[in-house]
Parts: sequence; C-alpha cells; structure tokens
Amino acid sequence: MAVLEIRNLTHFFVGLRAVYNFDLTLEGGELLGLIGPNGAGKTTVFNLVCGFYQPSEGEICFQGKKINGFRPHEVTALGMARTFQNIRLWNTLTVFENLCIPQHHQLGYGFLGPIFRTRNYLASEKRVRKTAEEILDMLGLRHYSDELPKNLPYGLQRRIEIGRALSIRPKLLLLDEPAAGMNPSEVDQLIELIRWIRDEFKLTIWLIEHHMRVVMNICEWIEVLDFGETIARGTPEDIRQNRRVIQAYLGDADSVYA
Amino acid sequence: MNLETLIQNFLNALQWGSFYALIALGYTLVYGVLLLINFAHGDIFMMGAYIGFFLATFLLGQYAFALPLAFPPQIIFVVTLLLTMVLTAFAGVTLERVAYRPLRRKGANRLYVVITALMCGLILENGNLALLGASRRNFPQLLSNTVYSIGEVTFSDVKILVILTTIGVFLLLEAIVRKTKLGMAMRAISYDRMAVPLMGIPVDTVIVFTFALGSSMAALAGVLFATAYPVLEPYMGALVGWKAFIAAVIGGIGEIRGAFAGGFLLGFVEIFVAAFFPSTLRDLIAFSILLVFLSIRPTGIFGVARATKI
Amino acid sequence: MRRFVPHLLYALLCLLVVFAVQSDLLNAYLQLIIMFMGVNIILSSSLNLVNGYMGEFSVGHAGFMAVGAYITSVLNVWLFTSDRVFGPAVLPPASVIYLFPVTLLIGGIGAALVGLLVAVPSFKTRGDYLAIITLAVNYIVKSSIENIQGIGGARGFMGMRNVVDAMQDVADIPWIMLWVFAGTGFSVWIIYRFVNSTYGKGIVAIRDDEIAAEIMSVDTRRMKITAFMLSSGLAGVAGGLFAHILGYINPGTFTIMKSTEIMVMVYLGGMGSLSGSVLSAIGFTVILELFRPLQVAKWVVIPLLLILLMLFRPEGLLGNRELTDVFPRLRRILAPQRRQA
Repeated sequence: MAVLEIRNLTHFFVGLRAVYNFDLTLEGGELLGLIGPNGAGKTTVFNLVCGFYQPSEGEICFQGKKINGFRPHEVTALGMARTFQNIRLWNTLTVFENLCIPQHHQLGYGFLGPIFRTRNYLASEKRVRKTAEEILDMLGLRHYSDELPKNLPYGLQRRIEIGRALSIRPKLLLLDEPAAGMNPSEVDQLIELIRWIRDEFKLTIWLIEHHMRVVMNICEWIEVLDFGETIARGTPEDIRQNRRVIQAYLGDADSVYA
Repeated sequence: MNLETLIQNFLNALQWGSFYALIALGYTLVYGVLLLINFAHGDIFMMGAYIGFFLATFLLGQYAFALPLAFPPQIIFVVTLLLTMVLTAFAGVTLERVAYRPLRRKGANRLYVVITALMCGLILENGNLALLGASRRNFPQLLSNTVYSIGEVTFSDVKILVILTTIGVFLLLEAIVRKTKLGMAMRAISYDRMAVPLMGIPVDTVIVFTFALGSSMAALAGVLFATAYPVLEPYMGALVGWKAFIAAVIGGIGEIRGAFAGGFLLGFVEIFVAAFFPSTLRDLIAFSILLVFLSIRPTGIFGVARATKI
Repeated sequence: MRRFVPHLLYALLCLLVVFAVQSDLLNAYLQLIIMFMGVNIILSSSLNLVNGYMGEFSVGHAGFMAVGAYITSVLNVWLFTSDRVFGPAVLPPASVIYLFPVTLLIGGIGAALVGLLVAVPSFKTRGDYLAIITLAVNYIVKSSIENIQGIGGARGFMGMRNVVDAMQDVADIPWIMLWVFAGTGFSVWIIYRFVNSTYGKGIVAIRDDEIAAEIMSVDTRRMKITAFMLSSGLAGVAGGLFAHILGYINPGTFTIMKSTEIMVMVYLGGMGSLSGSVLSAIGFTVILELFRPLQVAKWVVIPLLLILLMLFRPEGLLGNRELTDVFPRLRRILAPQRRQA
C-alpha cells in the first residue's frame, strides 16, 4: 500500500488556478523532492495534503485512507507531520514544550485528567516527556531544552522545527524548504540529518527545496512543478538535463537575456 | 403596519442611523489607519456635545458676557457647530499625541494601545462626571424645530438636517479618500504601515489628519444629537459609542462605506424592532441580530477578508 | 506529603481568618474586603485563561458572572427560603450548608453554557471581531435579565440574606467567607492543574501560532471550547459568591464597566501568569478601597495608572512568568511537584 496517493489534485483560489491535475504515488521509505520556480504552487500542494486547504477537486489518500475534508489535526493524528517555509515555532513555550505539544493527539486523557491527576494522565505525561527527551537527545538539542526558540539562532530553530515534527512519530514527513537561509556548512549538516532521520525513523520524506545541492544529493526521485502543473518527473540526473525544467527556471535559451 | 407608519419609521431610522453612521465613521477611519479600535471615540462624541453646549450657552450670553450684536440663533448654531468641530478635532489630536503616539513609538503591541484607549474613555467619562457633576445639562434650543407633516407622517427640520448632513458628509469623505493625495495616503497606510514612510509619506501627519477628521465627525454628531435630544449627561457617549463601534464592524471596519452602511443598518434594526416589540427588548434583539450577522459574515458588509498565507 | 504543603498553608490561612472574625478582630468592612479579594481572584484568573493564556480579547466577562449570580441566587432563594415570589422553602433551610456548593456549581455550569456563545464564533474570528461578540453577549445577558420580571428585571433580585441567615441558624460562623475561600482555592487549583498539563499548554500554542497548533495535532476547536467554558464557568461561580456577599444583585452591576475592571486586573498582573492574576486581584481590591475617598475621581486615577503601566511596564507585574520563576526559592513551598519543564 502506498503511503500517499494523490489523484487529480486541483485547487483554485477564487479565480486563480494554483494547482492543476497533480498526481503522485509515494511508497514507504522513499525520499521525494518537489521543486519548481517561485510561485509554482509547491507549498499549496503541501497545504492541501496536510488539510489546511480543502481541495477544489481531486483525491488524497494517506495510507489507503481518503483524507479529503479532514481537519489538519486529524491528518496529523494519522501520522503526517510537516515543517513550514517560515519557522512557526511557539515562541513563549520552551523548546521542550514545543516538542511536547505535537503529541496532543495521543494524550489519551481529557479535561478531567490533569484536574484529578488520574493514573492515565500521569502515565501520558511521562510518555510525552520521554518522547520529547529522546528527540532532544537525538538531534543534539538537550542543551537548549529550557530556552525559548526566538532566542536561538536560525539554523537551530530549523532543527527544532524538524524535531517538533518528529515528536509526532510520523510515517510521512513533509519538509518545506528546510535549507532556506542556511549557510553551506549548515546545509551539509542538514543533508546528513535528513538521510539519518529517514533511516533511523524508517519514514517517508517529501521535500520542497530550492537549494539544488540538497535536492540532488538526497532525493531519489524529483517532481517539478511550474504554474501548478507537473512538468517533469524523474531521477536527479534526468531532471538536471530536462529541457523544460531548465526553461522553467532560467527562461528560454534563445531569448534576448540569455 | 400601514404605509404611513412605515414611512415614519423609515425616517426615524434614517435619523437615528445617521448618528451611528457619523460616529462609526471615526472608528473606521482610525482603525483603517492604525488598526486600532479607539474605544475612547464614543466619549469624543460626548465631548463634542458638551463643548457645543458650553459654546452655545456662552455665545447666547448666559455667562454674563453678551456679544456686541444679538445674533439670530441660527447663526449661533452654525458657529457653534463649526467651532465645536474644530475644538473637538483638537481634543482628538491631543488624545492621539498624548496617549497613543508614545506607545506607537515604542512599537508596543496593539493590545496595549487598545487597553490605553479603553482607559482614556473611562478618564473622559469620569473626568466629566468629576468636574461637572452628575446633573444633566440642557442644550439650548437654537433651531426652530418646526414640525412638518405630510398626511400622518411627521418630521422636524432638525431631522431633515441630520439626514442631509450625514449624506453630505458621506459624499465629502468618499471624495477625500478617493480623490485626494491625503486620502490615498490613508488607504496606503491601511495596507502596509511599514512601507509608507519609506515612500516619503509623513505617517504621523496622516494619522493626525485622520484623528482630526474622525473627531470632528463625532463632534458633528454630538451637536446634532444634542439639538435633537437636548439632554446631556456624562455617560451618553458610552453606550452610543459601543453601538456605533458594532455598526462600524458590521459594515466592515476600515471601509467608509461600511461605516455608513453599518450605521444605517443598526438604526433601522433598532427603530423597527422597537416598532414591533416592547422597547425594553429593543437593545436585546438588536444585539442578537448583530451577533448572528457577524457569525455568518465576520468581515462585515464591505469588509475584505485577509487570507493568511503559510 | 510534601505535595500538600501549599494546600495546607491555604487551609491554615482560611482558619486564621475565620478565627479572627470569630474573635471580632476583623470588622464587617474588612471581612467584606477579604471576600471581594477572593471573588476578584476567581474573576481575574478565569479571564486570564482566555485573554492571557489563549491570547484572545474577551471584553464581556461580567456577563458570565451575571449568569452564575442569578442562577445560584434564584435557586437558593427558591429552594431554601420563603419568598414572596417563589413561595415557601422547598427544601429544609438547614440543608443549604451542604447544598450551597451544588447551586454554585449549577450557576457555573449555566455560565459555562453561555460561554459557548462566544466559543463557537471564536473558531472563525479572532481579535477585534471576537471582542465585539463578547461585548454583545455581555450586553445580551444583561438585557435578558432586565426583561425577566419574575426575577426582578431591572430592579434587581434579593433574598440572599435569608439564605445566609439559614446557614447562620445552623452554626454561627462566617459561612460566606468560608465558601469564598473554598471557591477561590478551587478555581486557582483547577486553573493551575489545567495550564500546567500538556493538554492545557495547547491553548498557549494557539496563542503563539494557531495555524501551527492546528497542523501539529492540537484540536483547536476543542481547546477553545474547553478554555472558554472553563473561564466563563468559573466566572459564574464568582458571580454566585458575589451575589451572596452582597445579598442583592441587579443587572446594572454586570456591565462593560465591570468587565473592564476585571480586564484591568488581568493586564495588571500579567497575561498568562496565574500568580500575577492572584496578586493583582488582591492589590486591585486594596487600591479600589484606598481610593474610595476620591469617589468619582477614583475612576480617573485608576485608568491613568493603567495607562502609565502600559507605557512603562506593559507586560504587567509578572509578564507571563509565575511568582516561582521570579523567586525560585518559593518553588519549594508553593509548587513542590512541578518539575522543570
């Protein structure tokens, strides 16, 4: 069973067609890239898949289950996690708390739990803390556990965001431009990190990225989007030489500005 | 309800709604430019009424100071009106300078400015109460207040004046906002306050102008209201202010057309509800209708929904 | 056993105060102030839940207070006293001493249900728009009460003094003082436990970034309903207590002015700080009494002070930290089981 199956995904923002007939099948363990020039609709696809927008047309199936119309937290509860183009950490909660909150869907207790300190509640909190601590250790963030994210350097915040997504123990991880704003050495670390996450956690990763070094190095398969439509798909080698892709990014070879 | 009662209520609603519209205008102008709900605005309306009262009584010679000539009351009315608008505009600008600008300079969170606005309103109300006492004042009658009637429909010249003035103000303001540079600057600031000074537009001047305009409109409403309903008391601005604020939001806050639409809509709702239901239920039903309306269309009639991008 | 130190300290405080009352060390005026402090603590901390922790802008808290005040009062007067309107007591008057918390809770539940009127619109709207809805609800509640002649309408409702007398007939101790202490402790206890759980912290995530919270598995709708209902429910309890302290209530008490008072306490103490709300409620009650000689000018000076606060220390007394963050030593006494996050 494919982890993610998307068929004929189309989305309009009032009159603007943002995504058109997008198809995708993601098998378990794959590392897929989604690239395209700015405004191609890549983040919109992510937003549709994670439930933030309701698609105008098309079908999205996650692990065999149709998730059209699900609210984002329901989709996440099924095992899909994501990061954001602009970092969206909770800045008045500590790093540790940032890693606890995403486990909301598996808390297993309601309002009465914390009030009466039920056994269920105490066990859940223990489990939540344990997961958060594990993630902290795995990503080398233990030292920053009590810091507020806004006080930390940008590269660290990106790492925390990935950690936050991992605390959900997802089966599918969507990364939206994780290398944005990073310097070359941070990018190298990121490449290592993503590979390691995929192997260690045994999950599927779908990546939006502009940084070609990241894409070419880790993606096994790449989809290219332009004006909401898929214009090419293939291995990094194929894409590198694909004429339409080059045209989408750099413009026509015969144009005056070439 | 027969036709004449309908028309009577229609006229009453137009007049009643005019006051809401004029006050709502001040809310909407300031919100459009500063993204701030100036909760003190209802009390600026009250100040306008009181300043008008003191001016009118002064000019009428009730303070042992008689003007050299005995002017006809109509002239005094016009002078009072214009002078009140100017003085209240000053008051509004002072409020902005003293209370809101320091916070703006510090880049304070919008919430703190809103709280400051609430507090300023309280200070104005209770300051009035402390200084002038709880006794009500009677606005002197300056206009003849003749009542005309066509069939069973009665209306006074004051009523007509209020309605016509409001329509005139609407046209004037639409012209200012759409045709002048200052109006364009106001609209620009409502879209992106950071970029505007980078384009060489003096933001503070525009803000001062906006406050002056909004406050003078409230003053206009204040004097007209006092002319139509001559009893003044310190808390008169409070409830009217909150309702006008709701009217501004119903119409779509930030839009001038919205302030007028919302104001008249609220006026209509209140008058027609009072026509069918006991008057104690008037406010209750009006607020409930408004609540339902906002649940269906949260951005108001003319408001534009701003989508969040992630 | 160390876990219960704060609870024991609180009970000790309560006993001390009761003892002082019984020994005539505290006159009626001081007793009134202490009871108002308790009510204000409940109001301020419950509003802080929504305005501080969840970052909304609710300006109609007095409306929920009114709901609880009226429900509890009407129930008590009907059940436990002979009244001109409701006839003789339905239940033995002495039973009020253990049924009073029940009627308080029913008042709270009623207020919580009214809180839904605000919670549901909050799914789609935030900020200024939600403020109006809370304003409208406050006004609708007040207006509705004014129109129900059976409970006095705009003239108000009384009879709570007989309820208190019924309690006094059983034992001559300051009953309402005790109930206020109980109610205050209960409220602070519930809120504390709620906001320190991972579940409760979901509302802070909503404040910081609602979209991220929704996408990171927080059911924002459920959290908003929970927070609003808890907040308004506790306000209802405060209202019930308030009604029995005064012995008389009327709709004119529960206007925007009252809501503003409660907001002042929240912002004074610091949004998102429970200990801040408690301290500012106590402080504000004292300030209100200190400034009483000024009469009307009181309500010029207090807003002025708040404006100065906004200018120079907008985050309030404690910001969003707790007292135990500022004085870590206190953690040993006040929060012994609260681990470092």
